[in-house]
Amino acid sequence: MFKAFKNPTLALIGLAIFGLGINFGFNDYIQLTVLFIMVNCILAMSLNLVNGYTGQFSLGHAGFMAIGSYFTAYSSTHWNIFPANLQFISAFLFIVGGGLLAAIAGFIVGLPSLRLKGDYLAIVTLGFGEIIRVALLNMDFLGGPRGYANIPSLGSFLSSYLFASLWILICLFTIWRVMQSSYGRGFLSVREDEIAAESMGVDTTKMKVRAFVMSSFFAGIAGSLFAHFTSFINPSSFTYLQSINAVIMVVLGGMGSLSGSIVAAIFITAFPEILRPLQELTHVDLRMVIYSLTLILMMILRPKGIFGELEITDVWRKYVRRSA
Amino acid sequence: MKNLFLSLILTLPLLAGCTKNNNEIAIGEFDSMTGSDATFGLSSNKGVRLAIDEINAAGGVKGKKLALTAMDDQGKNEEAVSAVTRLVTQTKVVAIIGGVASGRSKASAPVAQSHQIPFVSPASTNPDVTKVGDYVFRICFIDPFQGLVMAKFASENMKMKKVAILRDVKNDYSVGLADVFAQEFKKRGGEIVSDLSYQAGDIDFKAQLTQIRSKNPDTLYIPGYYTEVGLIAQQARQLGIKVPLMGGDGWDSEKLSEIGKEAINGNYFSNHYTTESTDPAVSDFIKKFKAKYNETPDALAALGYDAAKILAAAIERAPNLSGPAIRDEIAKTKDFGGVTGKITLNANRDAVKSAVVIQVDGKNRKFITTISP
Amino acid sequence: MQDFVQHLINGISLGSIYALIALGYTMVYGILKMINFAHSDVYMVGAFASYYVARWLGIDSNPSIGTLIILLLTSMFFCSLLGLLIERLAYRPLRNSPKLNILITAIGVSLFLEYGGQVVFGADPKVFPDVMKDFVLFSGAGIELTSFDITVLIVSILAMFALDFLIYKTKLGKAMRAVSSNPSVASLMGVNPDRIISFTFIVGSALAGVGSVLVGMKYPKIDPLMGMMIGLKAFVAAVLGGIGSISGAVLGALIMGLSEEMVVAYLSSTYRDALAFGILIVILIFKPAGILGKYSVEKV
Repeated sequence: MFKAFKNPTLALIGLAIFGLGINFGFNDYIQLTVLFIMVNCILAMSLNLVNGYTGQFSLGHAGFMAIGSYFTAYSSTHWNIFPANLQFISAFLFIVGGGLLAAIAGFIVGLPSLRLKGDYLAIVTLGFGEIIRVALLNMDFLGGPRGYANIPSLGSFLSSYLFASLWILICLFTIWRVMQSSYGRGFLSVREDEIAAESMGVDTTKMKVRAFVMSSFFAGIAGSLFAHFTSFINPSSFTYLQSINAVIMVVLGGMGSLSGSIVAAIFITAFPEILRPLQELTHVDLRMVIYSLTLILMMILRPKGIFGELEITDVWRKYVRRSA
Repeated sequence: MKNLFLSLILTLPLLAGCTKNNNEIAIGEFDSMTGSDATFGLSSNKGVRLAIDEINAAGGVKGKKLALTAMDDQGKNEEAVSAVTRLVTQTKVVAIIGGVASGRSKASAPVAQSHQIPFVSPASTNPDVTKVGDYVFRICFIDPFQGLVMAKFASENMKMKKVAILRDVKNDYSVGLADVFAQEFKKRGGEIVSDLSYQAGDIDFKAQLTQIRSKNPDTLYIPGYYTEVGLIAQQARQLGIKVPLMGGDGWDSEKLSEIGKEAINGNYFSNHYTTESTDPAVSDFIKKFKAKYNETPDALAALGYDAAKILAAAIERAPNLSGPAIRDEIAKTKDFGGVTGKITLNANRDAVKSAVVIQVDGKNRKFITTISP
Repeated sequence: MQDFVQHLINGISLGSIYALIALGYTMVYGILKMINFAHSDVYMVGAFASYYVARWLGIDSNPSIGTLIILLLTSMFFCSLLGLLIERLAYRPLRNSPKLNILITAIGVSLFLEYGGQVVFGADPKVFPDVMKDFVLFSGAGIELTSFDITVLIVSILAMFALDFLIYKTKLGKAMRAVSSNPSVASLMGVNPDRIISFTFIVGSALAGVGSVLVGMKYPKIDPLMGMMIGLKAFVAAVLGGIGSISGAVLGALIMGLSEEMVVAYLSSTYRDALAFGILIVILIFKPAGILGKYSVEKV
């Protein structure tokens, strides 16, 4: 059964079938929620690379997301290089462009700041994220606080969904494969013991910067998709609270567990939506209160996150199979 | 397990909100009821609720009661999109009231437009909001008009030559007003000696004010919200800036004078209505609002109230409850006697009404002049 | 020139506000090595506690020294109580968990207080009671100096010395330092780490209480999210000065306040926060443990 998870084509087909089900079985609201979940999945996985696997603490991912978003917004409204029936190629290219631009920003941010450790690194990345946001507030050609409207969507729900699935799989398998390679071992060694890694000949700064650049690339992709799905963005979508939200997803899912990130992203995105009817009963919005309480309880009751360091397949093998 | 979890999540919201009552007309509202803009969203919500309660007490619309579903967007665009999508597809509302902030209206109005559900915004002043489509309306004046009002007032009535602007870069409303003001004021031969900014949520403005003081302007134009303006006024007076300050309808709140104390007195702002008005609609509204919530309504509450009233009147006139029918009736709104003035919707679905200039005097709001479009 | 002096005064007065909050962050960090994200929200609760108590006692528009003392005590009491509760219920079960978990819990507590506050107190801003009359100490030649500017600075410097005294000169402080360097060895020496940590939270939160009254006095607008921005800035200031260092927090806060002020005065008001963060980043790149922080080389 879990072969599908290891084979990209099979996984894509599986996701596509799931998407078809959602397309015909559910209304726009559920579909939209599914799309937001997918964006958050990519964001959480990308941050997991830095926070979970490499053990560096970044609080600036909203900034990279913003860069991807704004690039996609600008390019897809200004540059018409393909005829209408080939729009999906340009959409794909612009999303990649958004990711690359975010990666460049990641490099510029990462190179000087990754020499710092722990909380200091967190603060510096937070600072960069805020700098990006303030800069966006003051760029008139990107709308400033008025935001950027009329970003073309990716067509129907199904095509948006397939686009997002494609990127989820690219993100998942890239990170997965990288983690199996010598680079990945390098990342892990940085997390486990920097000094030991260094004495074994691992260039720790280089490793950190690599992880950071890759991670910001995917954060940029998540931002690009986000721009297409909401069709309107403004800088207030990318405050440091958004970065914190991403960190929450990573820790909740389990540091260094990709499937954990996905499950946590689903939970964090869907939970407030599930609680929406509550407001109709109480007339005050208690969603965030319940959400924060759940967060605290989760941390106390399950300190290693939902899956810890394991993947969903390991969990299956360890608990479900054994009992069967 | 993953699929089980997923399907659980996906079906839960479906189960909720399925109860429908045939004797009710569902109306949706979304606004920021938590988060950093919450005070504005809540205010608007209070106005809307007051109007709906009043309408229901008077027998409802088409013999049916209006059922309001209010959703919170936490001040986030994506939440606003989710909320409106939910209202349209799950709650199946016939119309939506919502969006104090233009940004969130711009993000969510396309959803209403594509489902052909009328969308009436009480206070989204950015001109682009109603350009989303023919189902999107607003009942407030747009940024260019309000900026123009104060520019005209400053140069013609007050004969001012040099103005300093202090804008809130976090709010598109403030930036919009400031831009138009600067443009109009220069056109009238005035000079903008300084154009500085702050961000909503700041508490210290002395750096900007010291800078402005050295330029000796005749007035400061501060098109922000009362939450910051009260503090700005206080700090300006502490620094010895004695010239009057000017602003927009974001100033209108009882809290302005509580926060600003005596420092806020004698300053001017443009607004939708004056509490000194002899119009029974206004005094009636203020009385009812005070009775229900024990506080004086601000501009956003008044706009929320009017939005709900206009919508209800349109639903009453419409032949049926379909989106297009209601839309057509809203578009026909003419000389509606609301709290915020006589409201007529033009071809761009924007409200055309005159603005008043108000002077703050303790708890009182002194009427100075009316400026028509 | 006169503008420069005015900017200097403004910057120092803003910096001393940050310092008051930063001290609480740095204190908890020094002992527990954790960022207490909820600190700024404890500060918010302190402000609301004094608001409600003042109204209940009917002294909300009765500026006098008595009012100041009553409100200071109220706010310190409620903040300490809240700090103690948070430590007991949320942080203690996680004492031995990884750092990030504790951080997320702290964020959770912070969100809980912010959003719970919006439900309980209402989201609209409230006006802080008139505690004392602000009077002008010096006015003329384009320079304005008021009593509040000085008060806040003096209080934060006094608090700095008091904390220094507490930590380096008392037996309790010795125990705190022992827990900070190694809790298990400390407990072998007869120090109860739990009790010391609770005490740290009480002191840190009481500082937030003092801060809330003084800030409320100077900027009389309080709302449930008031801690967010000032907390972030104060925290950044604490890191800048070298988190864990008491005098570093005050120094960092003053630098933060002055740099924000000078950025607006001589560079650009729109990029105020961006440039303030930029300065922070530059300093941290050259001094990776903050200005007064000790950079400990890890030994193998």
